[in-house]
Amino acid sequence: MDLTVGPIAFFWDAARVRAFYAGLARAPVARGVIGEWVCSKRLPFWQGEIPGAVEALAQAGKEVALSTLTLITLRRERRQTEDLFGTGLPVEIADMGALKYLPEGAPFWVGPTVNVYNEGTLEWLARRGARRVCLPPELPMASVARLARAGQDAGVAVEVWGHGRAPLAISGRCYHARLHDRAKDSCQFVCGDDPDGRNVDTLDGQPFLTVNGVQTLGRAVTTALPHVAALRDAGVSALRLSPQVGDFGALAAVYARALAGAEPAPMDVLRGLMPEASFADGFLAGMAGAQLSPEAG
Amino acid sequence: MMELVCPAGTPAALRAAVEAGAHAVYCGFADETNARNFPGLNFSRDEMAAGIAHAHARGAKVLVAINTFPRAGEAGLWHRAVADAAAAGADAVILADVGLLAHAAGAHPGLRLHLSVQAAAANADAINFYAETFGVRRVVLPRVLTVAEIAAINRETDCETEVFVFGGLCVMAEGRCSLSSYATGLSPNMNGVCSPASHVDYAERDGAQEARLGGFLIHRTPRGMSVPYPTLCKGCFTAPGGAQKAQTGHIFEDPVSLDATDLIPALEKAGVRALKIEGRQRSRAYVAQVVQAFRAAVEAAGSGAPMPHGILARLTEGQAATTGAYAKTWR
Amino acid sequence: MTRAFLLHLPPPPFAPALLGKGLSALLQGIARRHPSILVRLGAYGGADFLLDVTDVPVLLLMSPAAGRMRVFRRSAVPAHGAGIRGSLAAFLSMLHGVEDGDALFFSGALTISGDTAAVLALRNALDDAEIDLTEELAAHGGAWVHGLSDWLARQSGLVLSRRGT
Repeated sequence: MDLTVGPIAFFWDAARVRAFYAGLARAPVARGVIGEWVCSKRLPFWQGEIPGAVEALAQAGKEVALSTLTLITLRRERRQTEDLFGTGLPVEIADMGALKYLPEGAPFWVGPTVNVYNEGTLEWLARRGARRVCLPPELPMASVARLARAGQDAGVAVEVWGHGRAPLAISGRCYHARLHDRAKDSCQFVCGDDPDGRNVDTLDGQPFLTVNGVQTLGRAVTTALPHVAALRDAGVSALRLSPQVGDFGALAAVYARALAGAEPAPMDVLRGLMPEASFADGFLAGMAGAQLSPEAG
Repeated sequence: MMELVCPAGTPAALRAAVEAGAHAVYCGFADETNARNFPGLNFSRDEMAAGIAHAHARGAKVLVAINTFPRAGEAGLWHRAVADAAAAGADAVILADVGLLAHAAGAHPGLRLHLSVQAAAANADAINFYAETFGVRRVVLPRVLTVAEIAAINRETDCETEVFVFGGLCVMAEGRCSLSSYATGLSPNMNGVCSPASHVDYAERDGAQEARLGGFLIHRTPRGMSVPYPTLCKGCFTAPGGAQKAQTGHIFEDPVSLDATDLIPALEKAGVRALKIEGRQRSRAYVAQVVQAFRAAVEAAGSGAPMPHGILARLTEGQAATTGAYAKTWR
Repeated sequence: MTRAFLLHLPPPPFAPALLGKGLSALLQGIARRHPSILVRLGAYGGADFLLDVTDVPVLLLMSPAAGRMRVFRRSAVPAHGAGIRGSLAAFLSMLHGVEDGDALFFSGALTISGDTAAVLALRNALDDAEIDLTEELAAHGGAWVHGLSDWLARQSGLVLSRRGT
């Protein structure tokens, strides 16, 4: 088992993006997925960083793929998607519709916002050329195990959401803009103020969700750490880490040590690294996604 | 005339919809294969066959929604649902999962396939992809598009389009939302339920009425006022400050329902083939009234007459109506 | 129309004790004549539903799977899995099915406690049964029923029949 780093979910400026990938090149991860995953309006602000980021990861011996948007609607977005397939790098589709642009026989990866819930879909994707599939975060362990087995039979590496606020929903509406009484078309890029997303609590003060432009994430940091052994036994080939603010290299190292079977109890290390965060593994444990299972300790 | 596609959660509602003038009725089996897997709703195999026969005898079609995503290892339940719908004489099945589409296209080549809104095919390329790959004949468009975008899609595809015009409103791209399973463990994609009643708790506390979902407070209203059903994305939340001003309110969507009556002529002009009414969980009385009103509106649109007004005001009582994403400002 | 009428009825001029008994008999009759309700309830049929009709002096505990209806004093609330509370008019409106259940529940005319899913299952099962209150009332022979039926007709000028609406 190894580590994949997913695309940056949040609106980071070019300097932050550059620093992130420079650091990631030194981190113990096997591959990275780069690209604007959430909102095409953000892309012009940081797309100049993409070639350098690809090069930094490739020179460090890591695999690289480019990500599509999660929700592709506009003509401009469709063109951008088509352009991705022309780069020669593997493309990770985040929207099933992106397959329309796939050149015949070209290999591709599948991200966690594509609905791969069963063997039929996984096998169909494999026949189309899928090489890696990161499963939707809401899948329970029982489904993960079956899909990992199906992936092994079909020659597809199956990944599981390993660390980060889980992507829960995508919308045509921008909630960040709405929080500022603006429409999406006049958003003034307010999502850039919140590099880990904007917190949403219940009226009685319980932390609940995170708003990130048109995307909604969980508030708790979803972690697969308590399930590493079970995932390995099931044949899962990688954990996906989602970029966040802070010392990402140290975070990746926690997961790398867990994959190597290290002691002490890695959840304690994770808590030490992110003392403000609350953690959840409910999806894998077959509970509500926001919950933390007893196995997590 | 555009086709009016109407909801039926029970055989009684199916009969009511047909009687009220539905061109087509959509419904599902009473299990996890459909996205309205609510307590006390939906059709047994016998009820489905009888419902289809009833509708056909009166010139109406029945579309069977099998639009959840089959659980790994248990796809047989979904495959049987497709086979049983075909055997019962369904005019089409409404599917979302790629694996299930591939299965249906292979195993039931004569069966008409519609792409569920749960597949969230939001642009012409995605729609053409499903049409070319699986022979999908109609796509139900996700509720994230403007009328102009719908018109543009229709110019670029031969696949029929169907859009929602009335009822509950998903603010997220359908079929791509795990908010419900984050709070409760049960999701539209896996279990066919959103904000399930099994995880709802109403209680009074400190003189206020509270509605919780999976333990999370979704609504709080003063005593004596009605408490809305705690549908997660329609809840009232707070975004604490920090760099910005704290905000409290309906952060995702106000408790509104969709009413696109006034847009029917524009949707027809945009090339939309069918209009869909949401509400398989609503009563047969509601279905009858809405269908009757929309049949009149569709006929008026077909003959260039103005849209009848105020006919549904009572049914959106207590709830503001919105035209949702069809107007660009909604975003 | 019928729904608006039902919700705005003044309380019926009957001895309160008689009302509780009569309502209990009416519901039992409905369950007997519409076995599909129990089928549609599925596992929720095993729940105990507390019916708190606010203008009736007693509480009713309905156990569909057991085919049982019990009457309790208001001072002795029995254990129950799900509760529905509202005026007699709102209850009859739900039974007769002329109004959308969502509207009744979420306008506050009927309030839910306990197992919300069981209540929704009951609502949906009742809706599918196409209950006609006039027929149900006519199926009863008791004096209270004739009185209620006459009173409903007097108040409304309508026939509470499915075929009449």
